[in-house]
Amino acid sequence: MGYTMAEKILGRASGREGVRAGAYVTARPDYVMSFEAVAGVYLRMSEAGVDSVWDNERIVVILDHYSPAPSIRAAELQKIARDFVTRFNIKHYYGEKAGICHQVMPELGFVAPGRLIVATDSHTTTYGALGCAGTGIGYAEMAYCFLTGELWFRIPETIQLRITGKPGRYVMGKDIILSIAGHLSAEGAQYRSLEFHGPALRDLSLASRMTMSNMAVELGAKFGFFLPDEAVFSFLQDRVRGSYQPIYPDADAGYEAVHEFDATLISPQVALPPNVDDVVPVSEVGDVKIDQAFVGSCTNGRLEDLRAVAAILSGRKVDRMVRFIVTPASYEIYKEAIREGILETIIDAGGCITHPGCGACFGAHMGVLAPGEVCVSSSNRNFVGRMGSPEARIYLANPYVVAASAVAGRIVHPDEL
Amino acid sequence: MEKITGRVWIFGDNIDTDVITPGPYVDAPMEEMVKHVLEAVQPEFAVRFRPGDIIVAGGNFGCGSSRETAPEALKRMGVGAIIARSFARIFFRNAVALGIPSITVAGAPSGFAQDDVAEVDVELARITNLTTGETIAGIPLYGDILNLIRKGGIVPLMREMVDRQKS
Repeated sequence: MGYTMAEKILGRASGREGVRAGAYVTARPDYVMSFEAVAGVYLRMSEAGVDSVWDNERIVVILDHYSPAPSIRAAELQKIARDFVTRFNIKHYYGEKAGICHQVMPELGFVAPGRLIVATDSHTTTYGALGCAGTGIGYAEMAYCFLTGELWFRIPETIQLRITGKPGRYVMGKDIILSIAGHLSAEGAQYRSLEFHGPALRDLSLASRMTMSNMAVELGAKFGFFLPDEAVFSFLQDRVRGSYQPIYPDADAGYEAVHEFDATLISPQVALPPNVDDVVPVSEVGDVKIDQAFVGSCTNGRLEDLRAVAAILSGRKVDRMVRFIVTPASYEIYKEAIREGILETIIDAGGCITHPGCGACFGAHMGVLAPGEVCVSSSNRNFVGRMGSPEARIYLANPYVVAASAVAGRIVHPDEL
Repeated sequence: MEKITGRVWIFGDNIDTDVITPGPYVDAPMEEMVKHVLEAVQPEFAVRFRPGDIIVAGGNFGCGSSRETAPEALKRMGVGAIIARSFARIFFRNAVALGIPSITVAGAPSGFAQDDVAEVDVELARITNLTTGETIAGIPLYGDILNLIRKGGIVPLMREMVDRQKS
């Protein structure tokens, strides 16, 4: 029997090629990343008297969760993060000048096929879109990683998701992954690795793949792999640091389950509050008035998402009682959106552009919801209290649907405009 | 490792980290946070909890963000062990990284009722419901994880490594 991507990459990173799902290994990540949370990591290091890091060139620090700082507490966290960077002479420090960490990590060439990367954030699974094993860990574990450069891993079982057909108009990676979440449930991939296969993926943009890998964690997954192809290689050209070796699953790899989804049958989807796996086609949402619309986050703040927004908003206005917040995921995307005139279209329609960061998605700042308010969002979680008040409700959808809803003042399919 | 004996608190499926440590208190000091742990689903928890008490939950315990405040608050309260049908991956890692015995038991929380008294043998992953006399086998922990729990988590482990380097 052959090997899955998870078995191969963790086998390679632990020097134990040939390990199988269920085994435990100690592996050495190629890079590790943290953001303001590095203040928490630093605290754990201090508690243990740790005064060195294993390799100051393998640690990346990006400030994205609270930038620019919305509170004294957040400003303090960032100050501690900068103290950490200075004290340990961290080479790859980007501060608040790059964007959302999971977009910036691939853009700056840290993420590449076959690598293992851990970060203090659950959405590190995003890197699977490039065939890279990315997964989230906590502060204490990151402290251990900073000290030793290694960490224990359980080799996960793998579920193969085979996507056939061709996505229709206004259908994005977001709709495919929401549809999968609806079928498999929020714990359908608990502690598992997902591998996306199938003919529908050839034409799926890297951005849409990143959305799907990003939300793999919403099904409980440890990794969400795509098989790296030309789209990945050309993206990494002139970006990637060092060399890399793409890793693919064997044709006879052992999968715990194989599920097939026909993209042709998937229409724009909406996850109803407060569960990511309570998913219906937008036509079945009913009459839901909204107070806020949001396009951004590590899930859907990329150029194709902003282009979708501009395509909908062109020649239209955001409903007068709705605020529409748009957050480009990185500086690079921000600049390109300016060049393409996307931001002007959004501003003319009455949208609000914010600094690239995590703000609105997790209710930190730049778009917090009041009790009783309703938001339609392109982000990843609609949990109670995720974007502000626990009495607010969040619907998740793709950027076309979010933008169309911002115009209509209620959740609609773009065809309804 | 000594066996852990404590009163049982029952929880259902999908208890997420925002429920364990509610968002509005995430920035608050731990002393304040522990007064609100799990209050949305079990208002009595923070009031009646006694150190050594044991959580027995359903599936996907600790799902959601990688927020370490969730296991940290439970540790601060003195949770004896967490038994669940399944754990969310990052929560499990964070819990054992903080030295909290966390054991997966098929079928949990069935076999236990609120306020039963349970005895947990962490080494053997064996849980005895002292109220009913029934013993249930959990999934044994991997050696390195067991060792981490024996030491009290990653911080004491790192302190040991640092001290060894210096001596």
